[in-house]
Amino acid sequence: MDTNTIIIGLAGVLVAAAPLLFAVIGETISERAGVTNLSMNGTILLSAMGGFAVAVTTDSILLGFLAGAGIGAAVALIVAFSSITLKQSQVAVGFVLALVTRDLSYFLGNPFMGLEGPRLPAWDIPLLADIPIIGPLFFQHDLMTYLSYVLILLAWLWIFRTRPGLMLQGIGERPAAAFVRGANVNLLRYFYTVLGGALVGLAGPLYSLSVKAGWKGTISGLDGIGWIALSITIFGGWNPARAAFGAYLFALLQWLGLVLQPSMPGVPSQVLQVAPFPLMILTLLLVNIGDAEWVGRTLAAMPEGARRFFTKLLRAMRASPPAALGVPFESD
Amino acid sequence: MKVELHSIHKHFGKVHANDDITLNIPAGTIQGILGENGAGKSTLMKVLSGFIQADSGDILLDGKPIIIHSPADAIKHGIGMLHQDPLDFPPMRIVDNFILGAEGGLFPNRAVVVRDFKLLAEQYGFSIDPDSYVDALTVGERQQLEILRLLWLGARVLILDEPTTGISSSQKVKLFATLRKLAAEGKTMIFVSHKLEDVEALCHQAVVLRQGKLIGEMQKPFDPKKLVAMMFGKEISLGARQVAKPGEAILSLQHVSLEDVRLKIKDVSLEVHAGEVIGLAGMEGSGQGPFLRACAGLMRPVGGHVLLKGQDLTGKPYHAYKHHGVEFLPASRLEEGLVPGLTLTEHFILAEEPKGMFIDREYGRKLAEERIKSFNIKGTPVSTVESLSGGNQQRALLSLLNDPLSLVLIEHPTRGLDIESVIYIWSKLKDRCRQGAAILFISSDLEEVLQYSDRVLVFFSGKVSEPLDAAQTSVEQLGQLIGGRGWPEKQAV
Repeated sequence: MDTNTIIIGLAGVLVAAAPLLFAVIGETISERAGVTNLSMNGTILLSAMGGFAVAVTTDSILLGFLAGAGIGAAVALIVAFSSITLKQSQVAVGFVLALVTRDLSYFLGNPFMGLEGPRLPAWDIPLLADIPIIGPLFFQHDLMTYLSYVLILLAWLWIFRTRPGLMLQGIGERPAAAFVRGANVNLLRYFYTVLGGALVGLAGPLYSLSVKAGWKGTISGLDGIGWIALSITIFGGWNPARAAFGAYLFALLQWLGLVLQPSMPGVPSQVLQVAPFPLMILTLLLVNIGDAEWVGRTLAAMPEGARRFFTKLLRAMRASPPAALGVPFESD
Repeated sequence: MKVELHSIHKHFGKVHANDDITLNIPAGTIQGILGENGAGKSTLMKVLSGFIQADSGDILLDGKPIIIHSPADAIKHGIGMLHQDPLDFPPMRIVDNFILGAEGGLFPNRAVVVRDFKLLAEQYGFSIDPDSYVDALTVGERQQLEILRLLWLGARVLILDEPTTGISSSQKVKLFATLRKLAAEGKTMIFVSHKLEDVEALCHQAVVLRQGKLIGEMQKPFDPKKLVAMMFGKEISLGARQVAKPGEAILSLQHVSLEDVRLKIKDVSLEVHAGEVIGLAGMEGSGQGPFLRACAGLMRPVGGHVLLKGQDLTGKPYHAYKHHGVEFLPASRLEEGLVPGLTLTEHFILAEEPKGMFIDREYGRKLAEERIKSFNIKGTPVSTVESLSGGNQQRALLSLLNDPLSLVLIEHPTRGLDIESVIYIWSKLKDRCRQGAAILFISSDLEEVLQYSDRVLVFFSGKVSEPLDAAQTSVEQLGQLIGGRGWPEKQAV
């Protein structure tokens, strides 16, 4: 492979990861607030179909994306209402919604199957696009890919650097304490769940209007992406920066699976295609290794300096979910 | 700030939780509020801190009537509450904990907050690193953090709900010094407790609540007998110390060494005899927890041997220990001891030796009724364990112990319980001793340790003292040892 192929390939990884990023960061925000939106897989399919249908009908890409965000927000509102107001199980409701929205997308999407639709145009960023290597790698894409970079930064800043972001962490971690400190816990949970849902909903049209343009029903190749996004959210330790790393890693592994195929004829192609999944699981194990008892004992036997270093390292890698994830809140 | 409560009423369904309570607290006073579990103390404090609203009655601050809509509203009026389990965010940094909920712009200025924090901490003699994480702190340090935060937010009235539960005695000394200092600055402290000795040591005046009513008040100096009589409607005494006649050796530890992430315990040898009670004293995290778990086979020693009645069980799992009559009762009753969601009957069925595949409900119900009666548990066979009060949960745990037992290991047997329950629990435990069991228990309540133990082991950052004779040891001596003073240069363990 020459340098050019690699740059084009890596640029492709950034584009392919963009919808995943919207989904993963949307879910991260929602789970930070204490609500798991398990419907993500179906939501992405339904918003992909809906966004495509709207864009084809109105010939407006903007309306297509708005429709996707609207669908995501609407599904999230159902999750929020049933779990926050009705205090039902988020797992049960989310799971059923994941199935319903998936089938709904296939059923309602029938009239739009295989239609020619608009595509999100590429838009080179002036000046930046002309820089060698960096330009083609980062700045010769479409608007949504650029927005995905911005989203990582914004979400990270919001959660860890702003006052409302601290409160967001608080309502997912210990709602009673957040309430004492002045938060309207349930209202905030509604807000962040719906916001997160809208971001997940943007992933759909980003596929159907750009990354995997068109709507082809069950062979659109989108089924399953939501579940991957869900596992990347966990891999990301509810931190947008780490989640972004996970999304890029996954897209990179998938691309490697494709490009390595010709050079490794002995390895069945299925192995390379499936490899990203066990690799993700392995990383997840590594990240949480600090919880194992033998690790604790090994640490105890180390000299003081090394022990402190490794304890800090493990602590930084460890990711524990928001303590009140899935737990309804009642102020009494 | 002067705090006045005027005929506060609060109903929960049929229960009259606060019945016409009137209370005047002058500025600069430490006011004690006494009462057994369920007397209405918490309700009254929830009303004052804005968690709930009274059905009727007025709250006046410095003579001005105010209405408190929420806890956040209360702190704006200068009323802050320190909860028994500090309401903070364990996985966050201390500085973020401090900022969370404080008003200000979108981007908080951490440098300024850290500076404020350090100034305040210095002023009250606390040493907490603002960049560390809350879950690395002890309960006592988390209390200090919350107190600092409330002061930082401008609290002039502090409500402290059972603050001495779960902290070490040296932290208690520090806490009390801080509260006295705050009172001297003109702030009003409201100290809610069921521990008489704490109220006696700290408060200027105290009131007693019983069944939602204010029964009486008393100024310093207090008459403890009168206070107890007011709390329970009758006089209660601890009774004389009982000295056990030790029998055969039940547990012997031979040169046992333990290691976990935080500390190492080296080369401990100990013989525990039938009928003996051994108290393990020390600040939280000094090694007594791993030590107790090692005796139950829940932690594997890195060296030495654990023998039960002469049989070497080193490295065997907990079930082998259990089989030899060892029972372990953890501090977190609902997390490790009981199964939330299951009823008392189901617990008794679970604890029994299984007889066949199917559950004999009728037998379980009979068993439950019998045990509920003999252990005086306030509940029914179909009550779920989480619906019981702390004291009744502990009774339920004790009633689950099977016969015969040779060794009972307990963490904080009476934490958070009122004195009546404490006496009851210990009478049941002493019964076990008379039947030939030995007891090892951890407690942060030094008086409890000395009252009920025959011998005491003191723990200080992994060091273990020689067994002390409880009858020959004073609370002061014990407190010194726990704080790391008075240890021989080279501990011969």
